[in-house]
Amino acid sequence: MRYLPLSDTDRADMLARVGVDSIDELFSDIPEKTRLNEVLDLPRRAGELQVERHLSNLAAKNVPASAVPFFVGAGAYKHHVPATVDHLIQRSEFLTSYTPYQPEITQGTLQYLFEFQTQVARLTAMDVANASMYDGSTGTGEAVLMAHRVTKKKKAVLSGGLHPQYRAVVEGLSEMANDDVVSLPADPTGTEDILSQIDDETSCVVVQSPSFYGQLIDLKPIAEKAHQHKALLIAVFTEVVSLGLIEPPGVQGADIVVGEGQSIGNGLNFGGPYVGLFATKQKYVRQMPGRLCGETVDADGKRGFVLTLSTREQHIRRDKATSNICTNSGLCCLAFTIHLSLLGAKGLGQMARINHANAVKLKKELTAISGVEVLNSAYFNEFTVKLPKAANGVVEALAEKGILAGVPVSRLEPGKAELENLLVVASTEVNTDEDRASLVGALKEVLA
Amino acid sequence: MSMNTQGRPTSAGDAGTAFQPKTFTGNRALDMEEPLIFEVGHLDVTGVDLDEPESFEPELGAHARTDMLDLPGLAEPEAMRHYVRLSRNNYAIDAGLYPLGSCTMKHNPRLNEKMARLPGFSDIHPLQPLSTVKGGVELIDELAHWLMVMTGTSAVAMSPKAGAHGELCGMMAIKAAHSAAGRDPKIVLVPESAHGTNPATAALLGYKVVSIDAKDDGTVDFDGLKATITEHEGNIAGIMLTNPNTCGLFERDIIEIAEAIHAADAYFYCDGANFNAIVGKARPGDLGVDAMHINLHKTFSTPHGGGGPGSGPVVLSDRLAPFAPLPFIRKGESGPELVETRAEVKEGEQPFGRMTAFHGQMGMYVRALSYMLSHGSDGLRQASEDAVLNANYVRVGLQDLMSLPFGERPCMHEVLFDDSFLKDTGVTTLDFAKAMIDEGYHPMTMYFPLVVHGAMLIEPTESESRAALDLFVATMRDLVMSAKRGETDRFSGAPYLSPRRRLDETLAARKPVLKWTAPEPADVTPVAAE
Repeated sequence: MRYLPLSDTDRADMLARVGVDSIDELFSDIPEKTRLNEVLDLPRRAGELQVERHLSNLAAKNVPASAVPFFVGAGAYKHHVPATVDHLIQRSEFLTSYTPYQPEITQGTLQYLFEFQTQVARLTAMDVANASMYDGSTGTGEAVLMAHRVTKKKKAVLSGGLHPQYRAVVEGLSEMANDDVVSLPADPTGTEDILSQIDDETSCVVVQSPSFYGQLIDLKPIAEKAHQHKALLIAVFTEVVSLGLIEPPGVQGADIVVGEGQSIGNGLNFGGPYVGLFATKQKYVRQMPGRLCGETVDADGKRGFVLTLSTREQHIRRDKATSNICTNSGLCCLAFTIHLSLLGAKGLGQMARINHANAVKLKKELTAISGVEVLNSAYFNEFTVKLPKAANGVVEALAEKGILAGVPVSRLEPGKAELENLLVVASTEVNTDEDRASLVGALKEVLA
Repeated sequence: MSMNTQGRPTSAGDAGTAFQPKTFTGNRALDMEEPLIFEVGHLDVTGVDLDEPESFEPELGAHARTDMLDLPGLAEPEAMRHYVRLSRNNYAIDAGLYPLGSCTMKHNPRLNEKMARLPGFSDIHPLQPLSTVKGGVELIDELAHWLMVMTGTSAVAMSPKAGAHGELCGMMAIKAAHSAAGRDPKIVLVPESAHGTNPATAALLGYKVVSIDAKDDGTVDFDGLKATITEHEGNIAGIMLTNPNTCGLFERDIIEIAEAIHAADAYFYCDGANFNAIVGKARPGDLGVDAMHINLHKTFSTPHGGGGPGSGPVVLSDRLAPFAPLPFIRKGESGPELVETRAEVKEGEQPFGRMTAFHGQMGMYVRALSYMLSHGSDGLRQASEDAVLNANYVRVGLQDLMSLPFGERPCMHEVLFDDSFLKDTGVTTLDFAKAMIDEGYHPMTMYFPLVVHGAMLIEPTESESRAALDLFVATMRDLVMSAKRGETDRFSGAPYLSPRRRLDETLAARKPVLKWTAPEPADVTPVAAE
């Protein structure tokens, strides 16, 4: 086996040195009746060529985003990632290192985490950011739990514009922990009355902007009402590139900002791994879940970085910790921070403007089709289209024509007649004029 | 002076080492200092070539950003140097032995990386039509099959994003099962040797955690467990137990423990962090486990990436299988079907909810399956055997000098020492670990498990050759002898040779600086020219 350095001679010599006659003696604590004597009924070892062939065959059954006109968003976005990013994250010293528990020999990881935290804090206009969560959805669940700790209240109000799967994560956690949750009905246009839901029992209000349906939401009045009732505003985003163009949640009064960072530096990967961004106000830092990297000095007085404020974490506080999580999306943070440092303010602004401009063009072209209506007034790179027939069938028909057109809302919100015809369409810098023309042409045919 | 095989000197001799220059840059040849991107980047620099859109008529409503983005950019060569220089300050499994007990730092084959980057896996969207991702669904199904066969279980919840997330998933399934049976027990039993995530997970779900002591031999005190079960009869939801446990030992009473838990109408959650010790040797399902997460990054070698991403699928027994969260895969007439919402659920399926958006860590699934296929069932079994053999080889190499808290019995894939061998030497466990850094080793896991004072948990894994282990053992012996000889300087000031000396963690916690801020302009008093 090419991954195992011991030879049979080594094994025999080592067993003798250990003082046992056979390897099975080392497993004798396993109850005899459950010890496996036969090799399990699974394929035997295979060479690189065989493994490549098998996995390539599976991969070939999928249609990659780059191979077709692609307009699928709804929480994960197809962006171009510079070649440098993937090269750098594959350096052995990043790829194959562990959690930086020994800071003297993990300054590489620690410094990029510190840079990542700074970038996220600046992007969101918040005081502090952690070293990432698993993804945006689990981060949202953790944000709600954090708000309960801060406010000592247990009722979360979820906007109808929150991604349905994010909402499911929060609802599941709340149900299990016997916390209250008020989930507003689906809200494609951003016109729901969330303010009337906020009362003195409310711990937090969770609002996504741009919403799942693409609508930009004014967070300021929600923050004001929340704060009047000593509740927190948790602002969520799934498209981090939007922050290159729209007012950041920190400026609008958010107390916790949580979002998905996949768009910058990370591929689609069929849903993961992604990178959850999490930021808050300074005063709540000790209630924040997740890892934190802080600046300090070494014995020679040189600047260095360490994991810090670990008194909040499970390995010390155990059943009183801020969360049970004990990891972060290290390598995905690295991809994020490299891509964002390549972009800089200038590049991110340009990227955001191209995304928006492409979406504006797409909206114009789609609304020109008879019977097609766009529901959103203010949006970034994604919006909701109302079709004259069920969106699911339209998307399938377009897929057969080699066009991946968007996400039918009914896939995530099944069985709701009023949502049956809605399609969430995203447009990024990867979409060309030809892509749009293909989509528009094919959509006309399918709707005809 | 030593010579190479061609007879040329390999060192410059004494003359070359006497002088230590103070360099202008602060760099020491290949060891280079690197500022933060905020100190070297510029707001008007970018490392990507993007054009302004031809026309820009925004439809942002009143939501346009009003403040300037404060993110410095780097041109591509600057970014390359910045991150390459940073990387050189990191220890990595590709560079040396990384014996972090319970963390399982084994070889990360690059084939896995190559496979995960096939566009058919890396460039597919979780919500594109299922007809266009059939291979993705098949891959998840195939990986699930491997996990079920290896663990002797009948279902897998694939979506948890890491080990602790898997724990949460397993405990949520247990809570849902109790709830479906009209029960609402309030207590979860957690042995004191457990990972800190175990009690934190139970507490997160509103359970009261009751600790179970360990016996003097490092395993769960079964009599104490039975007494605790009796004391809280009818109110126990389950037990969260690690096996092999964090002392590096297999719980010999495991079947009796499972039976006692089941007899109490409770479930057996097994923390699968150490599954890599027994793959192909025993199946957790046969031991009575109801739910166990599998850290794909540990047992199946997806790279740890500086702390993540992980992946923590949870295998479930028959009793818990119906409660697996969304999404899950069902056998359909024409192959595996992905079930994403409650609307698609059939009779008998009672998913408790959803752990995360989308389908979990697909990128990790590809890597793990690539690793499994490469090893095969025979190779995986061999890997477990080698991991256990290597740990025991280290044990016998050090047991006369270091102290084994539970005597000289065989261990599983990791060997636990305590620091009593350092008593009266003036060297602390931390000092000892830091001296290992100067020798070119990443230290072992220290002060964990908590059940042993001054724990030192060494896990060499199956990736180490005999020669690498011999050198490691010899180094450790030299360090121990040095400590016992009272050479405290070697330890108390260590590390001396790493990119940074010991860091002030107290300062970092007392005055947290968690992001970069521009320094205040220096108060410069003009000096008159002479």
